Amino acid sequence: MKKFQNVTIKGTKDGLTLHLDDSCSYVELKEELDRKLSESSQSREDRLISVHVQVGNRYLTAEQEEEVKDLVRQKKNLVVDSISSNVMTKDEAEKIKRENEIVPVARIVRSGQVLQVPGDLLLVGDVNPGGTVIAGGNIFIMGALKGTAHAGFNGDKQAIIAASIMKPSQIRISDCITRAPDHYQDDEKREMECAYINDLDQITVDRLQVLMHIRPNITRLEGGF
Amino acid sequence: MGEAIVITSGKGGVGKTTTSANVGTALALQGKKVCLVDTDIGLRNLDVVMGLENRIIYDLVDVLEGRCKIHQALVKDKRFEDLLYLLPAAQTSDKTAVTPEQMKILIDELKQDYDYVIIDCPAGIEHGYRNAVAGADKAIVVTTPEVSAVRDADRIIGLLEKEENVESPRLIINRIRNQMMKNGDMLDVDEIATHLSIDLIGIVADDDEVIRASNHGEPIALNPNSKASIAYRNIARRILGESIPLQSLEEDNPGVFSKLKKFFGVK
Repeated sequence: MKKFQNVTIKGTKDGLTLHLDDSCSYVELKEELDRKLSESSQSREDRLISVHVQVGNRYLTAEQEEEVKDLVRQKKNLVVDSISSNVMTKDEAEKIKRENEIVPVARIVRSGQVLQVPGDLLLVGDVNPGGTVIAGGNIFIMGALKGTAHAGFNGDKQAIIAASIMKPSQIRISDCITRAPDHYQDDEKREMECAYINDLDQITVDRLQVLMHIRPNITRLEGGF
Repeated sequence: MGEAIVITSGKGGVGKTTTSANVGTALALQGKKVCLVDTDIGLRNLDVVMGLENRIIYDLVDVLEGRCKIHQALVKDKRFEDLLYLLPAAQTSDKTAVTPEQMKILIDELKQDYDYVIIDCPAGIEHGYRNAVAGADKAIVVTTPEVSAVRDADRIIGLLEKEENVESPRLIINRIRNQMMKNGDMLDVDEIATHLSIDLIGIVADDDEVIRASNHGEPIALNPNSKASIAYRNIARRILGESIPLQSLEEDNPGVFSKLKKFFGVK
């Protein structure tokens, strides 16, 4: 017989926490979970109890997660709120890394060319008219932006676009689009500017310095002075 | 072993053929052995600009399909002693009659015998363009000071940068009108050069003589008195590696009358 339990249930003020052991087999775990829940689900309360499932160092596939959720849900008033695991696959980890890293690129994006990165883009060079840059996160351009830039490609409305010279033909952030005025005044410099989505869900172009107030999370440096 | 230079622009009508004819002529004037290759199959006209149309017997497609030897198709320019030759394009086929691989072999063969092989590229970025670029070692992009031409030049530079066999392209700005540029009605030279950010190898002023000369089948570079001719000769010398400052666009030697007008402030 087993010495210790594979499933332990703990009550917290937010609901229940299920600790699932990570050293037994998945099939065993499922059986025991089913048994445990059947024993203890005689409460007569009507309100739903949210359940956090902690699986420790076990990796659950999407399918298995669904099975566990189903098992818990079958018991009258239990609802799975979250499943947390200490492990993830390499692919997932790499995806997260890609989406969060800054990709430096030194080149000129010319007419007809498209440059796309999953995370933040740091372009050392220009985007010429007819050229397009796309990023999952923010776009920082150290040259002139004269073409099209699309930040927050996957729907991140917090994304911003910053450029040393801001004369884009079109700016897109998440699903907002704005286009340039039909004519730039010759004396307009448009230097050191940034574009972001404001409270009214519209794209605004402003001085670079406002960023530290409206998007403090751009700063990733921790500690420091 | 010579080098092959493709002259291209993307947009049509900016002066690729005129530039090819004149740069080729100017290189021959410098004593180099030059072969001009027209790759605009179906719409050839380098032969017309060179005034060699009625001497064509075989053309590029004939060579590639084995109907003749290369030297049989080459048209010799009588104005030069054995220095300038033209390989004309076919007029009856279209651009798909030739593949980039065939062109590469052909250009490599020509490079054995000539110091410079100047390839006149058709407009556009399709099959004809790929044929023209396939055998080239260097590229010259021609543009005019118009937004549309600069946009297309930008596109073509982007494509050329992807070609592994081609060195980074150089730029010729053609048909410059000094007065318009001064008034700000035209993009100015610096603006275009910084925008495209490639080396500028020459600027050519808009000159009626160019059109007159090419209608006569005589490249302007042969006429030493014209401004455009000097510009083309300078480009040829820069290709040869000399460093020559850019030509001033100011009208030199203003006549007495225009001096007077200037004095009285009349435009």
